Amino acid sequence: MTTLTDPPKESFRLSMLLYDTRYRSTTIQVVALLGFMLGAAWLINNVIVNLAAAGKTFNYGFLKEASGYDINQKLIAYNSQSSHMRAAVVGLMNTLLVAVMGCIAATILGVIIGVLRLSKNWVISRLAAVYVETLRNVPVLLWIVLIMAATSHQLPAPKDFRGDNPAATMKVFDSIAVTNRGVYLPEPLFSKGLGDLPVFPDKESKACQAFYNPDGTPATAKLAKFCGTFQISIDLMAILAVLIAGLITSKLIKTRADQIQKDTGVRPVTWYWRLAVVFLPTLAVLYILGFYLGYPELKGFNFKGGIHMRSSLLALWVALSLYTAAFIAEIVRAGIMAISKGQSEAAAALGLRQNRIMSLIVLPQALRVIVPPLISQYLNLTKNSSLAIAVGYMDITGTLGGITLNQTGRELETVLLLMLIYLIISLTVSSVMNYYNERTKLKER
Amino acid sequence: MKKSVFLGALTVASLTAGIAAAGTLDDVKARGKLNCGVSTGLVGFASPDANGKWEGYDVAVCRAVAAAVLGDNTAVEFVPLSSKTRFTALASGEVDMLARNTTWTFSRDVDLKLDFVGVNYYDGQGFMVPKALGVTSAKDLDGATVCIQTGTTTELNLADFFRTNGISYEPVPVENNAESQQQYLSGACDTLTTDASGLAATRAAFENPGDHIILPEIISKEPLGPLVRHGDNEWGDVVRWTLNALISAEELGITSANIEELSKGTNNPEINRILGTEGNLGEMLGLDADWAKRAISSEGNFGEIFEANIGEKTPIGLARGLNAQWTEGGLIYSPPFR
Repeated sequence: MTTLTDPPKESFRLSMLLYDTRYRSTTIQVVALLGFMLGAAWLINNVIVNLAAAGKTFNYGFLKEASGYDINQKLIAYNSQSSHMRAAVVGLMNTLLVAVMGCIAATILGVIIGVLRLSKNWVISRLAAVYVETLRNVPVLLWIVLIMAATSHQLPAPKDFRGDNPAATMKVFDSIAVTNRGVYLPEPLFSKGLGDLPVFPDKESKACQAFYNPDGTPATAKLAKFCGTFQISIDLMAILAVLIAGLITSKLIKTRADQIQKDTGVRPVTWYWRLAVVFLPTLAVLYILGFYLGYPELKGFNFKGGIHMRSSLLALWVALSLYTAAFIAEIVRAGIMAISKGQSEAAAALGLRQNRIMSLIVLPQALRVIVPPLISQYLNLTKNSSLAIAVGYMDITGTLGGITLNQTGRELETVLLLMLIYLIISLTVSSVMNYYNERTKLKER
Repeated sequence: MKKSVFLGALTVASLTAGIAAAGTLDDVKARGKLNCGVSTGLVGFASPDANGKWEGYDVAVCRAVAAAVLGDNTAVEFVPLSSKTRFTALASGEVDMLARNTTWTFSRDVDLKLDFVGVNYYDGQGFMVPKALGVTSAKDLDGATVCIQTGTTTELNLADFFRTNGISYEPVPVENNAESQQQYLSGACDTLTTDASGLAATRAAFENPGDHIILPEIISKEPLGPLVRHGDNEWGDVVRWTLNALISAEELGITSANIEELSKGTNNPEINRILGTEGNLGEMLGLDADWAKRAISSEGNFGEIFEANIGEKTPIGLARGLNAQWTEGGLIYSPPFR
């Protein structure tokens, strides 16, 4: 007779942690984690000990102190009496400005070059190939410095515009001045503007008292700009609101036209309606606000008025865009080549023209391949914008990580803060683009 | 178990960190070379010549210290540092001392934990403009574009000067002297501002120095001098008294020509103490008796160094002015050697 018994229960022995596959992976992970923690503890302790040896503390109090330095390009009110924190925000906005401008320009240029590289025209496709190979194989820093050097040495100085017979003249109906200090463009102004709206105003502060009770003197006007964390132009908001309302109405007209076409088979002609609802109200608002263009004028040492695109911004923007466009072009080319040739042949058989095949059949499908690597390129461009330091563009590396670090001697604090800010920017870009990718990718059920 | 390993690691780390911090003098002697932080290139003060040999007014201080400590004024590793990187390099131990047109200020001394050992040039911030601009005063610079090196005291003075005078300017931040010179000459900025001595040195390197003027306003006090890390007083003393030896040598008439003669012994006890024939000052510093003699014979006394590098006979052409000995109506003054 046989009896069924449970196999003898093996008691746990320490060596099983190493030799028993059920436990081994856990053992390895615990050891690895311990090692990692030890490494981190050693690093942190090293920092604490060395800071103590140097007699330094770790605190962010310096961010509230007056910065003491000026910044040439500022999108919000700032002067040398503002805090280091505000200087950092000014720098951050400059970083975001060049990153956004760069991403847009690089995408447009990259798509065009990528498509051109697949052109059947030998010359055009070779030229596109030369563009890609030259741009992407030379470090972007060199492109930035090259463009900066070219603008500051080749273009005329403001003093060349002076006199009865000047060496240089303004372009396009005397409205654009191209100088070695940058390009001065006409700026939109409003003679009957609605003013600005301060965000988070502190009504007790002197700046806000100057804002709410203006007495017309330039000193008060200057002070009033500091009311609130920053100020939003009400004019701009009004124009945007009307423009968006117009676009929505235009869309409604289109939906209605689609419906009529569906019901009756005849599509009503609506283009003039659609144009009118977008443009007429916007123009009306511009007229009511007293819109005019402020032209740059040579006054004293520099041009005054107008939008000043500094040569440092131009150099950084152009170089980053051209460089990243070369990578984007390759991504676009790969995306297009990933689409089966049968797709475009079928479209051609239906009688579609080349450009419609590209925009209606090929590119929408190619987006699935293009978007994920495109995210990396946007991140690269944003991080590369820290090379701004080479041309004196005051981005966040220039303000917080440059002058503030230097004037306060708080290397560790500023660099940690800087890393955190870049991390947040990158993660934001990445999550927005990933959301877009989720929407464009092939839905499989 | 976990905890004790952790604490053990902490102790080991603390010990190693503690050892690394002390004794720059011993480090320099053991290394056989002095790491000296200098400017990235400012003619007259610190710049490499055609053969790559560093020379200049600040370089001479490095060489004097190397001669005093190591007995060889060529045993110096010159580390060119921009105004932005200099303090980090010194604080992290990459260099043993800085001799780099650095202004002695409260916050650098107290907050950045650095020790200024003395002043080797009394300076002030000025402006340089092209003559063709027709500007005669810094107060006429309303709206001008100003090239300014970032991370300097001049940057802060500039902001204060324009704010208190109620005039505006457009700062163009640049990294180093070469870059500001380039921008200025191409007309990308109207005026260049830095210490007046730096302006004179920069102008001397121009093709047509006569086309540029330095405006009369001096808007700040800029005492420039060598500095070391805070907390290593023995090393600080060595650098401080090497500089003082150069200054005292000029005051007492010790020159590179007569130093051999004087080191045989004189009837001036201070000269004897400096040159090591009397007393044991060198021993107190942790050096030998001839330390100051070697420092002075390295490139000459304070006055000789001044005349050879930036004085009136050089292209830079700076007058002694404030930088004359106190006996000549200047501010240069060394505490006594006794």
